[in-house]
Amino acid sequence: MDKTINQKAWFLVLPVFLVVAFSAVLPLMTVVNYSMQDTFGNNQFFWNGVGWFKELLDPSTDLGGRFLASLGRNLFFSAVILAIEVPLGIVVALSMPREGWSVAACLVILALPLLIPWNVVGTIWQIFGRPDIGLLGYVLNHLGFNYNYVANDVDAWVTVIVMDVWHWTSLVALLCYAGLKSIPDAYYQAAQIDGASRWAVFKAIQLPKMNRVLLIAVLLRFMDSFMIYTEPFVVTGGGPGNSTTFVSIELVKIALGQFDLGKAAALSLAYNLIILIVCWVFYTVMTNAGSERPVKEGAA
Amino acid sequence: MHSIPGRRLIMGLFLIFLLLPIYWLVNMSFKTNAEIISTMTLWPHAPTLQHYRRIFTDESWYSGYINSLEYVVINTVISIAVALPAAYAFSRYRFLGDKHLFFWLLSNRMAPAAVYALPFFNLYSAIGLFDTPWAVALAHCIFNVPLAVWILEGFVSGVPREIDETAFLDGYSFPRFFIKILVPLIASGIGVAAFFCFMFSWVELLLARTLTSVAAKPISAVMTRTVSAAGMDWGLLAAAGVLTIIPGALVIWFVRNYIARGFALGRV
Repeated sequence: MDKTINQKAWFLVLPVFLVVAFSAVLPLMTVVNYSMQDTFGNNQFFWNGVGWFKELLDPSTDLGGRFLASLGRNLFFSAVILAIEVPLGIVVALSMPREGWSVAACLVILALPLLIPWNVVGTIWQIFGRPDIGLLGYVLNHLGFNYNYVANDVDAWVTVIVMDVWHWTSLVALLCYAGLKSIPDAYYQAAQIDGASRWAVFKAIQLPKMNRVLLIAVLLRFMDSFMIYTEPFVVTGGGPGNSTTFVSIELVKIALGQFDLGKAAALSLAYNLIILIVCWVFYTVMTNAGSERPVKEGAA
Repeated sequence: MHSIPGRRLIMGLFLIFLLLPIYWLVNMSFKTNAEIISTMTLWPHAPTLQHYRRIFTDESWYSGYINSLEYVVINTVISIAVALPAAYAFSRYRFLGDKHLFFWLLSNRMAPAAVYALPFFNLYSAIGLFDTPWAVALAHCIFNVPLAVWILEGFVSGVPREIDETAFLDGYSFPRFFIKILVPLIASGIGVAAFFCFMFSWVELLLARTLTSVAAKPISAVMTRTVSAAGMDWGLLAAAGVLTIIPGALVIWFVRNYIARGFALGRV
């Protein structure tokens, strides 16, 4: 808006640029290099051109089949957790106490799961869900459900999803709460005078005000669930079979498990490209939403 | 007017849902292994501190915590130090490629750690930083620096431009203005950004595990490896887990008043 044009600002940005370029561009170049080659160990590499990329997109090959299957599972997982966490987060944010010490207490407890190392989150649910020593598994089995996340695909999925909801709904809730807090009281008073219903207040005042933070929440949740690795790895190890093997788990298996550098690099690039595209879409929507907003408010 | 009918019930249920698994972990950490395996008890009937004692006396365990804290602190300091001037630049000036640069930074925050695990391993081995806290700290910069820039930019934009202009008219040089005036004004923002850097560096496992082997092994890696070797010492595992929650809980307590705004990344 009233920013001045000043090319010297580059000097202020330079440290960030160098640090991130060192950790992002150099490794990415290695990846591009590997993705065109094949190795039989002993640091001997052979030119493979776009061979890996062709395989990657062909479901009949081993690499392509694994990539596309894990991608499908991952997209389904992201869709499910977004469908649960976003509405639940909004409801929790609307349920926050208004004032007093309970606000701080709720905020601290809400933030707690976010600060737990991801492998410990996995450990917590691994223990909690076990039929022999975990409360959840024990109770479910005694209620007559044959719940066992190690052996049953559906149970494994349910566990991973509930775990993610437990872990990250707070993030959505805290973001929405921040959005709600920024609504001036005058809006609510006006609504009261107009005799607006609860639902009308939510739709006309609260939801529009939460738009921006919700966008951030969806972006962060989509990205983080799309690259989820540690939690399912600890709980299910990608199993039973391959049923909870997400893209990151598959990638680490290929890269650090089999040391199949060419395949792993090609998969990495495809993976990164998807993330980059989604990120760009969100970024464009976000900056556009920011510039459109005053116009909309003026019209309303 | 903020809230909805039945809010106390919803909030209560949700908090119980959050706390129950954590309670179970704490509960288990105070039980003996015999009690864990043989009976299902809702609280420890024969409370013991043996697991905690083992962690605090065995160097391979407690050094894991020290290693983790070491790289988390280094990472937080680097991230904030480089992000502050950049946040100011993004907030105040337009320059060649600013929007592209901002997007590029943001996209790095979203890059999957799994993609970088192997190249980082090669890179840090090549420059001799492998198995040091610096390798992990620098690797974590890839997602923490962009995040810090993003958060701080929001807070810097909240400071009126007139303050900069007045300071420069008063004869402040840029570095002096930055340290004496701007930094104190956005102190809460720096706190929030540091909180987030701490958080994301503390919870990350994949890169931390890949870039260390013996000397700088983080606690999360100690946990995964010892468990597989010792054949499921549940009580010890639970105690180690509880101890990893504590630093996070302490940090939350300090920033609890800024948490809501912080999670909105300073741009509500």
